[in-house]
Amino acid sequence: MRLAAILLVSAAAAGAASKEVILIHNADVYPVTGAPMKGVSVLIQDGKIADIGAKIAPVKGERIVEAKGLRVYPGMLDSGTELGLSEISGVRVTVDTGELGEFMPQLKAIIAVNPDSEHFGVVRVNGITSVMTFPSSGGGGGGGGGRFGGGQRQIIAGQAALIHTDGWTWEEMEINRSAAMHLIFPAIAGRGGRGGNLDFGPDLIPGAAGGSYTQARRTYEQQIAQLTAFFDDARKYRKARAANIPGFVRDLKFEAMLPVLDRKMPVAISASRASSIHDAIAFAEKQNIRIVILQPREVGKVAAELKAKNIPVILGRVLALPETEDSPYDEAFTLPSEVYKAGIKFAFGTFDNEFVRNLPYQAATAVAFGLPYDEALKAITINPAEIWGASDKIGSVEKGKVADLMVTDGDPLAIQTQVKHLYVRGDEVPLTNKQTRLYERYNTRQ
Amino acid sequence: MTRLLLGLLVALAPLGAETIVIQNANVMTVTKGTFKGSIVITDGKIVEAGEKVTVPEGAIKIDAANQYVIPGIIDCHSHIAIDGGVNEGSVSDSSMVNIRDVLDPEDIAIYRALAGGVTTANILHGSANPIGGCTLPIKLRWGKDAQEMIFKGATPGIKFALGENPKSAGNPQGGRGGGTVQARYPATRMGVEDVIRESFNEAKAYKAEWDDYNAKVARGEHGLIPPRTDLRLEPLKEVLEGKRYVHAHCYRADEILMLLRIADDYGFKIRTLQHALEGYKVADEIAAHGAGASTFSDWWSYKVEAFDAIPYNAAMMVKRGIVVSVNSDDAELMRHLNTEAAKAMKYGGLTENEALSLVTINPAKQLGIDNRVGSIEPGKDADLVIYDKDPMSDYAKVQKVLIDGTVYFDRDTDVSNRAAKAAEKQKLLEKERQNQPRGGRGARGGQGGQAL
Repeated sequence: MRLAAILLVSAAAAGAASKEVILIHNADVYPVTGAPMKGVSVLIQDGKIADIGAKIAPVKGERIVEAKGLRVYPGMLDSGTELGLSEISGVRVTVDTGELGEFMPQLKAIIAVNPDSEHFGVVRVNGITSVMTFPSSGGGGGGGGGRFGGGQRQIIAGQAALIHTDGWTWEEMEINRSAAMHLIFPAIAGRGGRGGNLDFGPDLIPGAAGGSYTQARRTYEQQIAQLTAFFDDARKYRKARAANIPGFVRDLKFEAMLPVLDRKMPVAISASRASSIHDAIAFAEKQNIRIVILQPREVGKVAAELKAKNIPVILGRVLALPETEDSPYDEAFTLPSEVYKAGIKFAFGTFDNEFVRNLPYQAATAVAFGLPYDEALKAITINPAEIWGASDKIGSVEKGKVADLMVTDGDPLAIQTQVKHLYVRGDEVPLTNKQTRLYERYNTRQ
Repeated sequence: MTRLLLGLLVALAPLGAETIVIQNANVMTVTKGTFKGSIVITDGKIVEAGEKVTVPEGAIKIDAANQYVIPGIIDCHSHIAIDGGVNEGSVSDSSMVNIRDVLDPEDIAIYRALAGGVTTANILHGSANPIGGCTLPIKLRWGKDAQEMIFKGATPGIKFALGENPKSAGNPQGGRGGGTVQARYPATRMGVEDVIRESFNEAKAYKAEWDDYNAKVARGEHGLIPPRTDLRLEPLKEVLEGKRYVHAHCYRADEILMLLRIADDYGFKIRTLQHALEGYKVADEIAAHGAGASTFSDWWSYKVEAFDAIPYNAAMMVKRGIVVSVNSDDAELMRHLNTEAAKAMKYGGLTENEALSLVTINPAKQLGIDNRVGSIEPGKDADLVIYDKDPMSDYAKVQKVLIDGTVYFDRDTDVSNRAAKAAEKQKLLEKERQNQPRGGRGARGGQGGQAL
């Protein structure tokens, strides 16, 4: 028995020790948090960035990766995905994002992450080293798959995980299994998030909307009341738990709510329209919780409020159609610049597994329409790392951080740029996937 | 000589014909190289393009210093500008319906696509049935009526569809509507093949009847009764005669091959394979048949038949000798086809010009309109896009779009008109409010007093 334990320990130690020591030699390093450094090297040891500098003392057994003319950036972080949870969005049995039930805070995305999902390989070759993966609505016969904000009625969808895009198991991939609680905020105009196609028109022309508005309003108020009651119950539970009453039985739903009530876990709220965002902020104030807004489609009227209360937002797809027929054609293209100018902290998410690999191009479009370049780069690296509470580990090229790095032959936001090397937790990850394998195979067909 | 001839052309142009010169631009002609120079447009046509051109007196000048001009983008697969449903899904073969009859010139998607540099789009029926409706290309002449949007002289098309979409009507529980909907044949790829074969079997006999009748008429026979016109078989007869192009929605390699073989058997050509996400697997067979392929840059994984889709598809098919285009099939994606094409540089290593061809001259060839559009050459329609940066860069923005020499989109004008438009909207809303009876609401408070 003792022997077995020793064996296990030594095996684990051997595993850790076998991590390669890598020197990325003579590259241009773009730390994101500081000025670029030309012609420096990066030492990767024990999965971490051990050193950055022009002259680094040689380490025994190190492998040197010549990187003259190449650039080193932190790996990119997509703040809105279903990676690992959804394989083929149109086939329900391959989708694990949408559970049944309206209040499901106990559900954890991380335990359903399939490390062998083909999507991970596909996003890695484009430099994405970590993602937020969200449980969302769309449960039970959602058919089209668990798209954000679509499908069945759900309010609290569960816990989103911050994960690396490489690892043998989901435990290895974990950065934070409970990075955020996903709340799909009730909205009168459709649902939060990507939904909200229903539009009752500007300021509801009296009489024009008829009974449908009244009904929608009633449903909305019922949902807000339910949500408030759920939080109230969670608080009562916390009190009862603290009092240590005999016969107290743990409740998994309310247990999951404790870090939310203690402001340890932020609540990621899908809310697209200014009115919903305003209501979400009011709700957060009342409940004394920390929030992050997901996929706002407008911020104009609530920009000042978001800034004043220091609430970050995760912008959805930049390459998106305008909300209404008479909105400017470039409404979604200019939103990031508008959010930046308002002084709101933000990051980008693609909110669709299929397009995660295009995260840098979404950011580039925002640059074309007014967002400063450096801010675009931050919004897919250090900003999301800060928003999700992991900036001590990832998001920049700094000594002591986890070695999640991409080495490119140019500007990572430019389409033509190629990722030449990728490191996740210090391991060099092969830049191959299902698609490169099919490419190689059929390219040689005679 | 050329100069003289052009001078003559200019002189012959009708009185009052407008001449426009785009100057100092980086001109990416697609077929005749890239240079810094000018483009002369008269009466909606390009009359000259070169480093040095003759600027006719009185010409309107557009200074495009540091800007880039490309031929108008052509989208070989779009469903915009269609009034109402895009699928007549009740029958397996709906060749009798025609997009021409349901064009909606007021669809805002037209303007938005224009703002993304698209000047011509192939407007297609949906993919609910193996043989769908008749299709046609349009020019995005925003503000004109439906008739004036039609690309006159272009060969019309017909939509076919293979695989999961046409099958789903045969499997209602797996598709739309749930179990109460009656299944419609076909439910398998086998059935899809059969539907197309049955229709061409009939069309062939129908064509023979007409050929026989026409031959007799040509011989001078009198008193003949012509065959009865069949509105379903008529477009298929045109396909057999090469007068109508087949644009076939397909995904998997097996179904692509299946369709090529039907066409071989019945003696017609597949003009384009639309989507053709597994085209790379049967690229040699596609090239041998002579079909074009119109694909997505990097869509994948949304259904089983899209799970082997790879972003190298376009480049691989180009390298095997297929005329390839990149299309949108989507009102949003349609607005940045330039960068969708640029992805073929990253995945598969096409040159910049090869990538640009995917959304200009290649779709023009596929639609049989390359004598009119798709490149910047004298004699072609002045369908042009001006960008502020290299259009293969995702930092580039469309500045101006011309169709037939007329500016249909101008970013500066669009932006500067916004305040006035917002004010006009506000005024109309106020008026509407005043027209409505007061009271009976009281539902507004909960919104925090905000206007929705």
